[in-house]
Amino acid sequence: MSDIAPLPEIGAVALAVDEIRTPWSEFWRKFRRQKTGVVAGVFVILLVIVAIAAPWIVPFDAENYFDYDQLNAPPSMAHWFGVDALGRDILSRILMGARISLAAGFVSVAAGAIVGTLLGLVAGYYEGWWDRIIMRICDVLFAFPGILLAIGIVAILGGGMANVIVAVAVFSIPTFARLVRGNTLALKHLTFIEAVRSVGATDWTIIARHIFPGTIPAVIVYFSLRIGTSIITAASLSFLGMGAQPPTPEWGAMLDAARSDMLTAPHQAIFPAIAIFVTVLAFNLLGDALRDALDPKLERR
Amino acid sequence: MFQYIVKRLLGLAPTLLLVGVMVFLFVHLLPGDPARLAAGPEATPETVQLVRQDLGLDRPLPQQFLRFVNGVAHWDFGRSLRTKRPVATEIAERFMPTFWLTLWSMAWSVAFGMTIGIVSAVWRNRWPDRVGMTLAVSGISFPAFALGMVLMQVFSVQLGWLPTVGDDTWKHYLLPSLTLGAAVAAIMARFTRSSFVDILGEDFIRTARSKGLDERQVIVRHGLRNALIPVVTMMGLQFGFLLGGSIVVEKVFNWPGLGRLLVDAVDMRDYPVIQALVLLFSLEFIVINLVVDVMYGFINPTIRYR
Repeated sequence: MSDIAPLPEIGAVALAVDEIRTPWSEFWRKFRRQKTGVVAGVFVILLVIVAIAAPWIVPFDAENYFDYDQLNAPPSMAHWFGVDALGRDILSRILMGARISLAAGFVSVAAGAIVGTLLGLVAGYYEGWWDRIIMRICDVLFAFPGILLAIGIVAILGGGMANVIVAVAVFSIPTFARLVRGNTLALKHLTFIEAVRSVGATDWTIIARHIFPGTIPAVIVYFSLRIGTSIITAASLSFLGMGAQPPTPEWGAMLDAARSDMLTAPHQAIFPAIAIFVTVLAFNLLGDALRDALDPKLERR
Repeated sequence: MFQYIVKRLLGLAPTLLLVGVMVFLFVHLLPGDPARLAAGPEATPETVQLVRQDLGLDRPLPQQFLRFVNGVAHWDFGRSLRTKRPVATEIAERFMPTFWLTLWSMAWSVAFGMTIGIVSAVWRNRWPDRVGMTLAVSGISFPAFALGMVLMQVFSVQLGWLPTVGDDTWKHYLLPSLTLGAAVAAIMARFTRSSFVDILGEDFIRTARSKGLDERQVIVRHGLRNALIPVVTMMGLQFGFLLGGSIVVEKVFNWPGLGRLLVDAVDMRDYPVIQALVLLFSLEFIVINLVVDVMYGFINPTIRYR
C-alpha cells in the first residue's frame, strides 16, 4: 500500500500523531464517520453473500417449481412474496435474480473500468496521437446516449444476458477513460514523477507504479456509482425484452412479465421493483460515502 | 460568438463522420445477410440477388457508404422491412410525441431539481437538506420503468384520476413525463446543491451580505446566476439521458413515439429503421451539446470565445 503516495493527505501531516497515518487508515477514519455509507456497505456485503448462497437458501426452485393451485396468489406464509402468473415462488426468483443483477453490474463495470483505465492512462501519459485517437473514440461513444448504444450492440449481437453485459461494459469505457486521463494529465507533471524519470524508470514503471495508484481513488468512487447505473441499464434492457429471456429470474424481466397482471396481482411487480431499488440505492449511498472519504477536494471545506 | 459557433460546427465534422461510419457499418455487422433479411425468409435465391442489387449491397463498401450518405442528405433512409413504408415517414409520424415528452420531462426536472438543490444548499445539513437529498438519491436509484408502473398503478388504476395510455390530452403527458424526469430531477438536485454550496462560500456572497442585502436577494441575485453555469452544462448532458430513458418509458406507457418504434424495430430486426433512429438520436444529442456550449456565452459573459 505504500505505493499510494500521491494522495494529498500526506502533505497535511503537520499534526503530532502517535500512529502512522497511511492512506488506508486515513480513508478508513473518514469512511467510518459516515453512518449511511457504512450501513450501505454492510448491506452490499450481505447482498453478495445472499447472491452467492442463493441456490442453497431459496425455498423453491426459481424456474421449475410450479404451484398450479396458487397462481397469482398474494404473499402468504408458504410464499412470503407471493406467487407469479405461472405459479412460481417470487421470493425464490428474486433471490436468484440477485445473482444475475449483481453479476451483470459487477462484471460489466469491471470490464469497462479495466479497458477505460488502460486507455485513459495511455492517452494521458503519451498525449499526442494516442490521446487524439482515444479521445475521439470516446467522443463517438459519448455521441450515443447510453442505453441507445447498448440497444445497438444488442441488436448486432442478439439478445441475452451475456450480450447485455458486453453492451453495458462498452458504454462504461469512455467515462472511465476520461476520468483516468484527466487524473493522469494532472499527475504526470508533478515533481515526484520527474524524480522517478530522472533515475531512469521506464514509461511502463512510471505508469503502473506511480501514476496508476494515484488514479485509484477516483476509479473506486466511480466504480461504485457506476454499478448502480449498470444494474438499472441491464434491468431496463431485460424489461425491453432484449436481455434475459423468459424463464430466467431477472428482475427487469420479472417486471415486464408482471405488466399484464398489474390489475389483479400488483405484488408481482412490487417485489422486483423494491429489489432493484434497494440494491441500486445501496451502491449509490456507498459510492457517495466513498467519494466523501476519498475526495481530497472536500477536505478543505 | 459567430466564429465560435462556426468553429464548433467544424469540430463536429470528424465525430459526425465516425458516427455515420458506425451507423453505416451497423448493417454489415448484423449477423446474417442484410439482403436476405430484406427479402424475407421465403424468398428464392434469385429474389435475394435482385434485392441485393436493388439495395446496392453488391457494390464495394466505400461506394455503398457514399450512397448511404447521399441518401441521408436527401432524407432517404430506405424502406422499413416491416411496414414497407419509407423510414422517413415512419419517423416523422412518431417524432412529435417523443419531442414533447422529452421537453416536458426536462421542464419538470429542471424546476424540481433546481428547487430541491437550492433549498438543500441554503439549509445545508438541516432537515430540508436531508429530505431533499434523500429524495434525490432515491430518484437516481429507482428505475424509470418501475416508477412508471407504480405511478400508473396508483394514479390511473386505483385512483382513476389520469388516463393510462395514449397521447391525446395534457393529462396523458403527466405521468410519462414525471416518470422520465424523475431521475434527471434527482441528478439536477444533487448537482445544483453542490454547485450552490460552492457559490455560497465565495467572497462576493459575503460582501453582498455585509452590505446589508436581505438573504433572499443574496441567493437569487448573486447566488443563482453564478450557480446556473454548471447546471446548464448538466442539463445538456442529461438530455441524452432523457432520449435514452424515453425508450423505456414509452414501452411502459405504450407511448406512440420514437422509443417504441426502436424497440419494435429491434424485435423485428428491421435494420433500416434501427439505423435511421440511432443516427437521429445521436445527431440530436450532438446538436444539444453544441447548443449548451453556446448558451454558456449568454449566461456567463466572462467566457471568451475564440
